[in-house]
Amino acid sequence: MALSIVESCVNCYACEPLCPSEAITKGEEIFLIDAKKCTECEGDFADPQCASICPIEGAILDAFGEAINAPGSLTGIPPLKLAEAMAEIQAR
Amino acid sequence: MELKVLGQDNTPPLTDSAPSGGCSSGTCGSSEDGMSHLPDSVREKVHNHPCYSEEAHHFYARMHVAVAPACNIQCHYCNRKYDCANESRPGVVSELLSPDQAAKKVLAVASEIPQMTVLGVAGPGDPLANPERTFATFHEIADKAPDIKLCLSTNGLALPDHVDEIEALNVDHVTITINCVDPEIGAQIYPWVFWNNRRIKGSKGAKILIERQQKGLEMLIERGILVKVNSVMIPGVNDEHLKEVSKIVKGKGAFLHNVMPLIAEKEHGTFYGVMGQRGPSKQELSDLQDACAGDMNMMRHCRQCRADAVGLLGEDRGQEFTLDKIEAMDIDYEAAMEKRANIHAGIEAHRDALRVEQAEKETPALIAPASAPPARIAITTKGGGVINEHFGHATEFLVYEASPEGVRFIGPRKVDNAYCVGPDVCPTGDDKGTVLDVILDALEDCSAVLSAKVGIEPWSRLEEAGITPSGEYAMDLIEEAVQGMYGDLIEAGWAAKDLEAQAAG
Ligand code: SF4
Ligand code: SF4
Repeated sequence: MALSIVESCVNCYACEPLCPSEAITKGEEIFLIDAKKCTECEGDFADPQCASICPIEGAILDAFGEAINAPGSLTGIPPLKLAEAMAEIQAR
Repeated sequence: MELKVLGQDNTPPLTDSAPSGGCSSGTCGSSEDGMSHLPDSVREKVHNHPCYSEEAHHFYARMHVAVAPACNIQCHYCNRKYDCANESRPGVVSELLSPDQAAKKVLAVASEIPQMTVLGVAGPGDPLANPERTFATFHEIADKAPDIKLCLSTNGLALPDHVDEIEALNVDHVTITINCVDPEIGAQIYPWVFWNNRRIKGSKGAKILIERQQKGLEMLIERGILVKVNSVMIPGVNDEHLKEVSKIVKGKGAFLHNVMPLIAEKEHGTFYGVMGQRGPSKQELSDLQDACAGDMNMMRHCRQCRADAVGLLGEDRGQEFTLDKIEAMDIDYEAAMEKRANIHAGIEAHRDALRVEQAEKETPALIAPASAPPARIAITTKGGGVINEHFGHATEFLVYEASPEGVRFIGPRKVDNAYCVGPDVCPTGDDKGTVLDVILDALEDCSAVLSAKVGIEPWSRLEEAGITPSGEYAMDLIEEAVQGMYGDLIEAGWAAKDLEAQAAG
């Protein structure tokens, strides 16, 4: 079982040094998790380290492809509010 | 005296007599930097620091390198897609450098801009959440360019773990951003911190952050390292509370407390921006700065520069030092260091002369009838302590307040675009109006603006807005000019702008 990083990663480097399995590397576009190496931090930490420091909601997925940090869970911005703000900016 | 080093070809000789009584110098503060209460050792350290000394920032420059992308906390005024919004202006992305690239950039800038004396690491994340990258950069600079001072900014969470290394590297300025000392208030500012391998949310997380900040502050002070505290003023969240923060950090020995305004716009995508949290008005900010000041120096000239800022005062010459341009440069730092030392000696001689001149002046009597209301007056400068920037070229206006007792510095006002786009290119059509509107808005509380020159079009718009433009004080020392203009306003029977009413509005 392994986690994965998707394109919303902002390349902040925060996850890479924390990984106990050295599974994370900087790729061409975004950071990448080597599925063969990722242990989901089992045996090392209670929580997967990468997903515990990543500031971007939805950037890290669990083994089932679900976002570990759901929209609004890190910034505190209710998703509806964010959508409203985006719509307002686009309409300008 | 060789004044070309200041980047001005036409700084007036120091023998130019002052038009009227009062202090004349390149200083912004009324007492020298407002630092007379500090021990000599501290003043000595601050003396040449363009971020910390109001006077020094007219003569010396700082630069930041963006080597630290990671962060270990989240702030509600920050959107992690951009640079840290605490140290930088929000909504910008800096070019991330490796420690090697950063060191090369620093040497290049130091050779080209000899006034650059301070290197900071402030982001784009938290320098101490990236200790390897930050300290590798510092090691290289300490090794190759020992004449450059190092400073760093941090949210404080990891600070206690790195005090030894900070001391060993001779980093003598550390800035800690402290927005609160109460976890309940902290929970409204910091949604989470990453601590001991876990993400900790709410007031529990904020409590840890606060404890670590205070501990780090105490440890640095114990070792004689200068600490400045930054706070972001968030109306309705921590504005009143910051008075207490100020007392506490001052009590522990921070030499400076810098209250900065929250900048929050929807388009920044930050929590505060999206949720409609407002920033403070100009008057609210200066009232809080006054309230926190006490006998402590308040930093009113902070420019919230970006994480890769380069240059003197409000200028940003970062574009001259992009990676590809640096790669192409051939730097002989030994030679550059010699040149720098000479230039610094010239600057010091100039500053000493200014100080002597100031000391010889008698303390002025009231500069206006005691009943005269205070007036805010903006000026434009390129440095050197004189009014030498054209109105159309300024992206920064320094605002002073003149009253019968004297002149004091209120703060810089930045605008994104100068009125003119190039040395000879003034805007046309619609652009012109919008750019000028932004400037007028930035100067709304001012009664006059003093520049080396003011064009005809902005001149009439300024007048319409109740701001008297003047080019009469071109090349004059700033404080004298402000004082002179204040006299002019009173003579002209000007009606004071009601600062209180503006604050309410
Ligand atoms: S879950 Fe743990 S092991 Fe897997 S990539 Fe993230 S930090 Fe590394
Ligand atoms: S912490 Fe998140 S955003 Fe940062 S590099 Fe890792 S995956 Fe990307």
